[in-house]
Amino acid sequence: MYPDDLKYSKEHEWVRMNGNIAEIGVTVFAQESLGDVVFVDLPDVGTDVAQFAKFGEIESVKAVSDLFSPVGGKIVEVNAAAIDSPEVVNEEPYGTGWLIKVELADASQLDDLMDSATYQPTLE
Amino acid sequence: MRDESQDQILKKTVLHSTHVESNAKMVPFGGWDMPVQYANGIIAEINAVRNVAGIFDVSHMGRFEFEGEGAESFLSTFLSANLPVLKIGRGKYNFICNEHGGIIDDAMVYRTGDQSFLLVINAGNAEVDMEWINPLVAKSTGFSMNVVTNETAMIAIQGPKAVEIMVGLSNGEASNIRRFRIGSATVAGISATLARTGYTGEDGFEVIVSADQGEKLWNVLREAGAIESGLGARDVLRLEAGLPLHGNDLSTETNPFEAGFGRFAYFEAPNSIAGAALKRLSRTEASRALVGFKMTGRGIPRSGLNIHESNSGIIDESSVIGRVTSGTHSPTVDGGIGMGYVEQKYSATGTNIIIDVRGRPVEAKIVDMPFYKRS
Repeated sequence: MYPDDLKYSKEHEWVRMNGNIAEIGVTVFAQESLGDVVFVDLPDVGTDVAQFAKFGEIESVKAVSDLFSPVGGKIVEVNAAAIDSPEVVNEEPYGTGWLIKVELADASQLDDLMDSATYQPTLE
Repeated sequence: MRDESQDQILKKTVLHSTHVESNAKMVPFGGWDMPVQYANGIIAEINAVRNVAGIFDVSHMGRFEFEGEGAESFLSTFLSANLPVLKIGRGKYNFICNEHGGIIDDAMVYRTGDQSFLLVINAGNAEVDMEWINPLVAKSTGFSMNVVTNETAMIAIQGPKAVEIMVGLSNGEASNIRRFRIGSATVAGISATLARTGYTGEDGFEVIVSADQGEKLWNVLREAGAIESGLGARDVLRLEAGLPLHGNDLSTETNPFEAGFGRFAYFEAPNSIAGAALKRLSRTEASRALVGFKMTGRGIPRSGLNIHESNSGIIDESSVIGRVTSGTHSPTVDGGIGMGYVEQKYSATGTNIIIDVRGRPVEAKIVDMPFYKRS
């Protein structure tokens, strides 16, 4: 449910590092709390996002939630599949349901995030 | 996330533990702890109701029985239904309005006998309704009022297979009860009152049984193929069907005529409290109207968002023409749909409007309701 190779924020987003590119999405806890995801609003490629700042919105049938970026930097890619078929966020939150990729500005920001073992107890 | 459940002690229907065992997500609603969805999610439940049949625990809705020679006259003081013409075994959608014509609640009233009536009201308004009705009871005679909310359970079964399921479980008795009628039947051995009404835009029944038979009926209906469905699906289904929700689309600040439901606001009863106000409102052009709209741009409308005129291209205070009262993503329509009040001159079908989605202007178009009509 919470893979060991990811880092987690208290707002229930995850980060997967690949070189200096941070792939970002929402956790299983977030997608289960939301219920059926029906809408995802993401920023344009090329815009900058600060660590823990809002970068978009995610909506279920019932509710709207803000998306907060676990790390700061330039947005280099957004997931068109999540925009066109928001249900992928429910189906594969760590896979095809990823949301944005950010060129990491400062690697030390990763220290502000939790590993799987630290994140999971916060969900109790 | 906010947890409102800490603020008050919530009431539980007799099906509460059944919902919890089914892993329903429970939420506070109108003072009750109710299932908002079950394990398969809201969209699966909506699809089940549109394609097969769904069941809803609506035991939280207020249920009142009135009986006696004075019952019809008493009910006419605060209901907007023409009760003298309501035949035995028939139901009517109507309003409880105040002396200004503002809507305190919307309700279903059924004539169950020559001098007996059943009134079904919204759970969240039960207290306010009682505060309105009780002083009237004190001034009237010739009838008894019995609150049966807690001693009965009410389950709605809705969908294209709902009638077939009920007919099968009642040895055909349910087929005698036509749309907007009410009658008795034995369902799987359980003595029941069946109203052929609902809140989803589908055919079906609302079934009232004694509280101790509620769980049995629920399980019988599930075994017959009906899918358990929660308040989340119910809210989308009613909006798709163009049905208003009191507290969102109707309130004491709105009246039946501007909401487009003037045909359910009978005002000629001589003792009607709201009669004079409703009569005046029926002859005045309302300054605003409740309309339905579909999103044409990318976004989901939500209650409370401002509606702007589309020509200006800017969204600021000067271009506001109304406000969204209900909105959601509709899986049946496959897009964002909503209801809201707009200034009368912008209310025509086909008018383009802009919804301010938290600072993002998104295009929408006023359309005729319902958004969905069963075939």
